[in-house]
Amino acid sequence: MNPLLFLAISVAGGVGAALRLAVDGILRARIRIAYPLGTTVINVTGSLVLGFLVGLALTGVLSTEWRLILGTGLMGGYTTFSTASVETVRLLQSRRFAAALGTGLGMLVISVLAASLGLWVGSRF
Amino acid sequence: MTGRAHDGREGARPIHLRWRYLGLVAAGGAVGTALREALSLLLPPVEGIDVAVLGINIVGAFLLGVLLEHLARRGADEGGRRTARLLLGTGVLGGFTTYSALAVDTSLLFAADRGWPALAYGLGSVLVGALAAWAGITVSAAAGRARRSTGDGE
Repeated sequence: MNPLLFLAISVAGGVGAALRLAVDGILRARIRIAYPLGTTVINVTGSLVLGFLVGLALTGVLSTEWRLILGTGLMGGYTTFSTASVETVRLLQSRRFAAALGTGLGMLVISVLAASLGLWVGSRF
Repeated sequence: MTGRAHDGREGARPIHLRWRYLGLVAAGGAVGTALREALSLLLPPVEGIDVAVLGINIVGAFLLGVLLEHLARRGADEGGRRTARLLLGTGVLGGFTTYSALAVDTSLLFAADRGWPALAYGLGSVLVGALAAWAGITVSAAAGRARRSTGDGE
């Protein structure tokens, strides 16, 4: 891979991570509930957008380079698996089983559905 | 997790609206993404399953468990601990692990009529990820207790 593309993917990942901090913080400030809603919203919207980008790339509308920068970089850095896993364990430890099912299974199901919708829309162009 | 979004000082802007913290997370996120991309280039997908992302997510969940438990045991989320959480946790490990690729690859497996691999990859990631995070928290808690009982590093 050319070094400039690798650098662009990495920088885009940094921007995505900062965007994650901002979105999570804004949601925490506006919606005051005990459920960790931010990570779910971030992972579902990121899966929707990545699905859309991959759909566009499958039909040749988006180049491989831009799919890597915006998809692997920006959306890869924006969404996160580690926080979702730790939040699920923290909810289990405080015996909030329904909420843990939400951050575990619920997040997966909604994210896969969002990704499918994104793929479907993206591949129509 | 309450109070995480705000600085302890009165009138201070919340973390997510301060350039210093956004910069820390962006720097860490760029490093985490670079590591993820490097591993993805080294380990190509096997039968439509991105084994690099699978391994990254499991290892990342374990390490975030270790880090957050360690920081929580050391004290309140401020100063160096907050810097470490945002740079290494939210930044490096947040950017290293990814959820969107997991969701899209699972969806593509379903679309290719490979329902069982899709279920195994999706559910397996979430289950093993949670186990890994629990293991990380447990190891870190045990190490913290050992440090405390020997009086080392306190």
